[in-house]
Amino acid sequence: MIGENKSNIAISDVDIVRDFETSRKRKVVFMTILVVSCAVASIWALGVGGIMVPFMDVVRSLFHNLLPGIVDPASESYYPVIVTSYRAPRVIMGLLTGSCLAVAGASMQSILKNPLADPFTLGLSSAASCGAGLAIAFGPALLGTTYYMSASIWGQTITIGWLFTVVMAFGFGLISTFILLSTIRGKVASKSTMILTGVVIGYLFSAVLSYLKYVSDEGTLKEITDWLLGGMWGASWSSVMIVLPIAVIGIVLLESYAFELNTLSCGDDVAKNLGVDVKKLRVKVLLVCTMISSACIAFTGIIGFVGLMAPHIVRMIIGNDNRYLIPISALLGSLILVCCDALARVIVAPDDLPVGIIMYVIGGLFFFFLIKRMRGGYEL
Amino acid sequence: MRIEVRNLVQGYGKHNVLDEISFEAETGEITAVLGPNGSGKSTLIRTICDLMPPVSGNVMLDGTDVHDIDVTDFAKLVSYVPQSSDAGVYTTVLETVLLGRKPYVTWNYRDKDIQYALDAMRLMNVSRYASRNVTDLSGGQRQRVFIARSLAQCPSFYIFDEPTSALDLKHQMNTMIRMREVIRTNGSGMIVALHDMNLALNYTDRVIMLKNGRIHAHGPPEETITEENIREVYGVESRIVETEVGRYILPISPLNMEDDDP
Repeated sequence: MIGENKSNIAISDVDIVRDFETSRKRKVVFMTILVVSCAVASIWALGVGGIMVPFMDVVRSLFHNLLPGIVDPASESYYPVIVTSYRAPRVIMGLLTGSCLAVAGASMQSILKNPLADPFTLGLSSAASCGAGLAIAFGPALLGTTYYMSASIWGQTITIGWLFTVVMAFGFGLISTFILLSTIRGKVASKSTMILTGVVIGYLFSAVLSYLKYVSDEGTLKEITDWLLGGMWGASWSSVMIVLPIAVIGIVLLESYAFELNTLSCGDDVAKNLGVDVKKLRVKVLLVCTMISSACIAFTGIIGFVGLMAPHIVRMIIGNDNRYLIPISALLGSLILVCCDALARVIVAPDDLPVGIIMYVIGGLFFFFLIKRMRGGYEL
Repeated sequence: MRIEVRNLVQGYGKHNVLDEISFEAETGEITAVLGPNGSGKSTLIRTICDLMPPVSGNVMLDGTDVHDIDVTDFAKLVSYVPQSSDAGVYTTVLETVLLGRKPYVTWNYRDKDIQYALDAMRLMNVSRYASRNVTDLSGGQRQRVFIARSLAQCPSFYIFDEPTSALDLKHQMNTMIRMREVIRTNGSGMIVALHDMNLALNYTDRVIMLKNGRIHAHGPPEETITEENIREVYGVESRIVETEVGRYILPISPLNMEDDDP
């Protein structure tokens, strides 16, 4: 067998425990590196755009008000406004969306034991965006003046219309999740059947969206098309305030299921024998994944493949322990999306390119890479 | 402790795989479940582990229906190793064996849990692979890892479905010897589906021979594994040979080559 001769050398318990500790430390170090990278990338992204703000000026804009004695003011008086009012919500939305999609991808892959599963490939993104699109197009007519009613929380206005969009996105996301659950009921469907079901779900909801575009007037059509391509320009402090609590609660919940998710790697029967209620866990995890992905998609449109790339890269580096995989995927997903969004603002500056387009290109290539690996028996 | 299977009927759809099965298994003993392909061995094993609700009848653990026992408590009492297990990518042998501690751990493994895993790996001879990914191992090595996981679970009953089928000769014997040691020292029990009747004859205390979902014979191995029963259950003519190192089955010829059933 592979390395049988080499591995005949005796290994003591002390060596095994030391290796185990080293691997745990490596996970913590990787996590720390990503936290720092996310912070640096965010500050860089805050400076990138039509008006370039130097790195140190971004730091000054952010921290001068907090620590006036220690941090000098920014060199230009308009920098703090650009950084905190316009770009900060966008960057934070990027961080939140990246982490939510990555965590949803990681959890869906573990719970469905399918390396190709993520909100995008399983049709959840299309369904949620269809719900959100319908809310945008018909919400005002349906809810009348209620649509425009708003509440003020910490100085930010949150309209009923936005909440309605999130609820609709979640509702339609749920429909797609139930369709998926009903196809895999009884026993786990083959990996390709599951992805094909996702593709079909995606088509069904895209058809509704296409109809929506067909009947929309020019203004709404442009709005829906732009939004569908996936971008952060819809981000504002108000949308951040809606998505933030949903994202935090969702990610914490999924992390709390991490240990149970680990047992699934041995198969459903063994997981059940280890004390895990597999059916209940599958429903709970898919519901939370639907919730966090829908909330982000309602504001950003479809951003594909983050949920595939981040968890798989993390697995290759630190392994498949969901207790670490989930938080580290969140960080890497944030990093990828914030960097890609900043890139989207640089490529055709001073214009904006939807980050969804960049993700389709990078993510699509990564998808091919994964398929190639799966041929070598890549199982979850 | 005692597992009691009472009038168990089990099946898929309208087709009954097990019909009126009743037997008892005690701790301190190894009970082998024998039978040809499709006789219902795996279904019986899965039903005992509460992985399939029975059509009728029940499985009792010390007088309580296994279905009424809390899942975490049940995990501390009964551990299950299927015929073939999935192995997670990028999951090391130690991480896999540690999963056996799941019923005892809420989040972080304690030193005690790691010690159980180390002992289990040593017993199954897989310590040297501890840091390797399970997917990098051969089928037989993986099977030993899964048995080690079950040992780390420290249950009262080990319920294994053909644990030795992927193993080479040495490890087949080694596994049965080690399991017998564990059962003798810990006072636990074992129900094991086996293909190899020689292993059953030499390493187990009781044998249940299944034929078409019914118990054909039940009792101590030397009384159950007879030339007559092998002919009736497996459709194979054989001789049982007494040697100075034990009794062994010598298969001679199949009775009816065309017939799929024994």
